[in-house]
Amino acid sequence: MSGLKTNNPVIRWIEYRLPIFSFIDHAVGSGYPTPRNLNYWWNFGSLAGLALVIMILTGIMLAMQYTAHVAFAFDSVERIMRDVNSGWLIRYIHMNGGSFFFIVVYIHLFRGLYYGSYKAPRELLWILGVVILLLMMATAFMGYVLPWGQMSFWGATVITNLFSAIPLIGESIVTWLWGGFAVANPTLNRFYALHYLLPFVIVGAVVLHIWALHRFGSNNPLGIEANGPQDKIPFHPYYTAKDAFGVGVFLLFFAAVVFFAPNFFGEPDNYIPANPLSTPAHIVPEWYFLPYYATLRAIPDKLLGVIAMFGSILILFVLPWIDRSPVRSAKFRPIYKQFFWIFLADCILLGYIGAKPPEGMFLIIGRIATAYYFLHFVIVFVLSYVERPRPLPSSIGEAVLKGGGAPAPAAAREKA
Amino acid sequence: MKILTAAALAALVTVGAGQVHAAEGEAMPKYDWSFSGVFGRFDRAAMQRGLQVYREVCSACHGLKYVAFRNLEVLGYSEDEIKEMATEYSIGDGPNDEGDMFERPGRPSDYFPSPFPNDKAAAAANNGAAPPDLSLMAKARPGGPDYIRNLLLGYEDPPAGFEALEGLNYNLYFPGHQIAMAAPLSDGAVEFADGTEASTEQMATDLANFLMWTAEPNLERRHSLGVSVVLFLLVFTGILYAAKRKVWSDLH
Amino acid sequence: MAHSATPAHPDDGETRRDFLYLAAAGFGVLGTAAVVWPLIDSMNPSAEVLALSSTEVDLEPVELGQRITVVWRGKPIFIDHRPQAAIDAARAVPVNDLPDPQTDEERVKKAEWLIQIGICTHLGCIPKGQAPGDPRGEFGGWFCPCHGSHYDTAGRIRKGPAPKNLFLPPYEFTADTAILIG
Repeated sequence: MSGLKTNNPVIRWIEYRLPIFSFIDHAVGSGYPTPRNLNYWWNFGSLAGLALVIMILTGIMLAMQYTAHVAFAFDSVERIMRDVNSGWLIRYIHMNGGSFFFIVVYIHLFRGLYYGSYKAPRELLWILGVVILLLMMATAFMGYVLPWGQMSFWGATVITNLFSAIPLIGESIVTWLWGGFAVANPTLNRFYALHYLLPFVIVGAVVLHIWALHRFGSNNPLGIEANGPQDKIPFHPYYTAKDAFGVGVFLLFFAAVVFFAPNFFGEPDNYIPANPLSTPAHIVPEWYFLPYYATLRAIPDKLLGVIAMFGSILILFVLPWIDRSPVRSAKFRPIYKQFFWIFLADCILLGYIGAKPPEGMFLIIGRIATAYYFLHFVIVFVLSYVERPRPLPSSIGEAVLKGGGAPAPAAAREKA
Repeated sequence: MKILTAAALAALVTVGAGQVHAAEGEAMPKYDWSFSGVFGRFDRAAMQRGLQVYREVCSACHGLKYVAFRNLEVLGYSEDEIKEMATEYSIGDGPNDEGDMFERPGRPSDYFPSPFPNDKAAAAANNGAAPPDLSLMAKARPGGPDYIRNLLLGYEDPPAGFEALEGLNYNLYFPGHQIAMAAPLSDGAVEFADGTEASTEQMATDLANFLMWTAEPNLERRHSLGVSVVLFLLVFTGILYAAKRKVWSDLH
Repeated sequence: MAHSATPAHPDDGETRRDFLYLAAAGFGVLGTAAVVWPLIDSMNPSAEVLALSSTEVDLEPVELGQRITVVWRGKPIFIDHRPQAAIDAARAVPVNDLPDPQTDEERVKKAEWLIQIGICTHLGCIPKGQAPGDPRGEFGGWFCPCHGSHYDTAGRIRKGPAPKNLFLPPYEFTADTAILIG
């Protein structure tokens, strides 16, 4: 597949000077051999890419209408919603696009956890993914501040105050972040600048992520390396077709929310202009931050709470070295598989607790769930020594074609 | 297992959004609004009555600053009616060539003037509690239009033993049950132009209808566009699925 | 779909596949275009900008010989209360010799009131001539300092790179000395 097969003189002329067509072909075309057994959970990587593109396009259009000043920000968003042609549509796509971006990325992440995609030789691929997640969180947080509603303002106040937990220099850091003595116009301005910048940093990280992916190719549901042509199929047309179908399904869900429940993920309080002298009764972050918020509140010490919150993400960086089991896929790890589901349930529970006031039972459950979150990684470490994995198939081809290794087209004909 | 995961992730999403409904207070009775649902549309007559209630009652204390007179065309008013209505309002403008601010009659491009020059003045004139602008009220409170309707109908005698603070009124649906606004509506407070009987309930319902429009003026466009987009995507996704099956058919 | 893929009808399968690919691509192009249009359209003037499209001007205080500038849609509007000499000069010019032939009568609704958009038709500078001390060019009208366009007392281009006379805004007299622009 190395040479480009075309007689089109224009393409050949360009290709000779800038081999971009073979580059694309090797990236997402017929020149990229992919395991033949990827299931639909592997669709979420391309969906995350699509979400990023949607966010950048709508974001650029919104930036042309938005005013980053405390006196005008809220009004300029209302102007987008009321007067700008299709402004309401663009803003609702952007607003809900953030939530959908996190949905697909979280599914993508848990898919990696289930199938052991973080293990050698894909550690850097995984680490880059966590970097993207952190960048997304920073971008989403700063974007949420821009409409300058009550939740924007108080979310910004609370989250920036996290840094005051740092001993000695914490207060100075917070003042520096704010550019003043409270969240105010300088803060809004710099958040806007960074909110515009960071998505392009994410694009850079995504390029590295895909580069690292192509070094060894996708992991697969069996978690064994794909060997030889009977295990692999070209990315195009097989996975382009499958990804396109996934895009259709994704857009259906997305459109349903944008058009029929655009404020489903939002907070009514953010339709009240920011008031620095009055905090809403219940302040909650956006849903995708709730598990971390629960972790933060579970620990009664300010500094330790902040450390635990950041630690809950940072620990993912070292996961490839915590989990020492050579078997990747949970399919062949009966005990790990159980703990995976418990861990997922624990994360969802943390999210639920994050939305509740930190008192009574909620606080106690939150503490247990937080403790378990970290305990999970200890369990994973221990499991890699004590668990007896089930026997692995010798090749993908063997597992997929149960008749035993017949070449693909023949098998298809038999079935048809 | 796949179904379980999908369910779990759906739960994750639902829980996240469920926070919205976690607000305290009385269970909100729900009203069957014409604009709810996928095909929901505004009720023009109700909105016109709601506008009348706003103009004759609410506007004494509450602004509607994001709504321009020109927007009222959607309610079914003609251009001349809107011009006429706008001139009934006095709009601050200026500076003129002498450098002075001045008042002039409103034009369709003007916005509803707020009753107070600023929040401080509003608070000072109202016992310390500034009456909020109503433009976005139907999106800025949990329950939205239901909350508005319930609140307006929620003025009751306090339960035994409940002592409302000086200057505050008991309201079943206000968080904390003590609200600075006195019951604004009473039967017959306005005389509807279309002859509808102006019961308190009728006025509260009409006003909520109107305020839902002021908060979400593009709702009808959103609904109709949404239906076409979803239909398009259903067909498109069907085709993509068939194409995917076709591509993969020689593999398994 | 399995039946159409049977080896007995290979051509059917091929046609069906081509049809599916074409349909998918067609829908994809259509859908993308439908998404791109609102994004582009959002850059067009918004509803509140379009709503501000008329300006009322009271001409009462403008004395004979005085020129004032008002703003309409963010553009300067030149209002010239022309003395008889200026009107006569404009009407004495043989129209056919002009770069953009137009009679003075075509450019005014009332001879003493010349109302035009004060933007040079060359590249959008604002010509001089409104303030008392300004240069008015060789023809006593307006002079654009950017690239040296001369306009006469009817606002017609007479010399220099500008291709057209100064444009006229849509306006009407609502009273003897009051106009509504737009």
